[in-house]
Amino acid sequence: MPDAPGLELIAQELNDASEGSVLGTYHEHGQACLIVDSDRVLDVLGWLRHTPGQEYRFLASLHGVDYLPAEPRFGVVYELLNMPRVERLRVRAALDDPAGSADEGAPDRPRPRSGEDDPQTLLPAIDSCVSLFPTAEFQEREVYDFFGIVFRGHPDLRRILMPEDYVGWPQRRDFPLGGEPVIFTHNEREVPRWFE
Amino acid sequence: MSRPGTETPGAPERETLERTEGEVVGTSAVERTAAVEELEPEHELLTINMGPHHPATHGVLRLLVSLEGEVVRDLKPIVGYVHTGIEKNCEDKSYWKVIPFVERMDYLSYFFNMEAFCGCVERLLELEIPPRAEYLRVLHLELNRIHSHLVWLGTSALDLGAMSMFFYCFRDRDRVLDLFEMSTGQRMHTRYFQVGGVFEDIPVGFERNLRAFCSEMPSRIDQYMAILDRNEIFLSRTRNVGIVDRDRLLDLGVSGPLLRAAGEPWDLRKVAPHLAYPDLDFQIPIGTVGDGYDRYRVRVQEMRESVRIIEQVLDGLPEGPWIADDRKVVLPPRDELPVSMEALIHHFKLVTEGFRVPPGEAYNAIDSPRGELGCFVVADGPDKPARVHFRDPSFVNLQALREMSVGGYVADLIQNLAMLDPILGGIDR
Repeated sequence: MPDAPGLELIAQELNDASEGSVLGTYHEHGQACLIVDSDRVLDVLGWLRHTPGQEYRFLASLHGVDYLPAEPRFGVVYELLNMPRVERLRVRAALDDPAGSADEGAPDRPRPRSGEDDPQTLLPAIDSCVSLFPTAEFQEREVYDFFGIVFRGHPDLRRILMPEDYVGWPQRRDFPLGGEPVIFTHNEREVPRWFE
Repeated sequence: MSRPGTETPGAPERETLERTEGEVVGTSAVERTAAVEELEPEHELLTINMGPHHPATHGVLRLLVSLEGEVVRDLKPIVGYVHTGIEKNCEDKSYWKVIPFVERMDYLSYFFNMEAFCGCVERLLELEIPPRAEYLRVLHLELNRIHSHLVWLGTSALDLGAMSMFFYCFRDRDRVLDLFEMSTGQRMHTRYFQVGGVFEDIPVGFERNLRAFCSEMPSRIDQYMAILDRNEIFLSRTRNVGIVDRDRLLDLGVSGPLLRAAGEPWDLRKVAPHLAYPDLDFQIPIGTVGDGYDRYRVRVQEMRESVRIIEQVLDGLPEGPWIADDRKVVLPPRDELPVSMEALIHHFKLVTEGFRVPPGEAYNAIDSPRGELGCFVVADGPDKPARVHFRDPSFVNLQALREMSVGGYVADLIQNLAMLDPILGGIDR
């Protein structure tokens, strides 16, 4: 892990290379994190991957986080790894929720689908990093599946773990747990729109 | 053209097939196939489903395969059939109740799932675990690695037609499960690791049984290698099949034995010292070519190294407590409950509510039998995590299957999948 001054140095150089890309840093539990502007995330990742002396070439993990009461609401977290130096660096892209905090992610069925039918303007969007890190393909699909974050330029952005016709973004914090009735033979007619 | 005389007058003329003046192309079946391929190549592509229910997919994995004859031209893995929403459910459980949940993801390496999660929470709590707990954790992790590799070896050899391997491997796997049952009370999904250490010390007689197992295991591995290494079918099906070069594997995020078989000596046990691994002497087996045979050799060799690690752990097992003495996190010892009011209060608070974790986020990666198993936990203050994410190695490694298989035969696809060792419980979570 880069130590706290090393992290500040990286943030400084990144801000020199791409103005205003780093919004903040934190260093806790021995792990370093850069919070970056979601529109500049490709610049940041590309810089961290290609600049001599940085060379974070391995994307260990990519995942989404929903910090619901906080603003900006969403985070896409990239766990980068420099294998020769065994240094990990977390990059978190901060994303606002374009739909506001009132009515999204909720699972009630009659509402029009907020990902497939609507233009995806109501979903937060970020550039896909598949061109830099091919490993991100499945993981970006997973983040899209669970958080409804659109990855621009992803080759095949579909749901991956949930059924293809599923409505809603199940891992958002305002998506209730246990909100779906389980269909049995005795109650299948009572479950709304079970036949679709 | 309808035959004259067969139709009744006035009836509409039926469309019937016209017999063309055909010409036989070529003199043999091979020539004819080649001629047809030249005329209409796209007609030869056949898209089929392999799975979801297929004995060779090691779970509920569906592969959409485009075939040109026997040759795989494209491949798309479709997953999610056993998705159970474990990550979402974890957000509604207090930290100590999450442990049995995450164990059930990758059901062959449950100790690793526990270690990834407990290590992550300990990092958030900045809690040190006692040395005996570190050693006991390593002991169970390495036993679990042997168990996982034995299941892999048995089922993969079965995929390639070596039926007897399955029985031999499951015989030895059962001995590992017996050991787990002895030390933890359960054969699978043991919930043995706790935040702060391990649940219980190893019982009397466990060391004797484990040493007997360790002394037998190397010769058993020799026997397995003798069965497979001289097997002409096994060799010709695994050698030089499914090669993806090292840089491409790194781009695809592949880790673990697959990456080591391609010649990259990357093992988190060595490079990121945690638990008792820095005290132990072991080697990282690596391959040279990166084909299926190397993957098999690397895993088998890893079992030998795990046996060595376990023997060293038994030799150097330090005395002392096996769980941390932090009463805000760890349950007080049972014998204190009747005599100490304070212990009773702590016990009550921990069981009814659980412990609180200060806000923060951490990523903890360990080397599971399939590669880098990472756990990312976001804590926001209360006794439940705000987000638990598992970076499962099978999920990421599965992306390499396409590169391994395209251009090869369907039979090689089965071999590649077997040597990839995906666990669908971990992929779908």
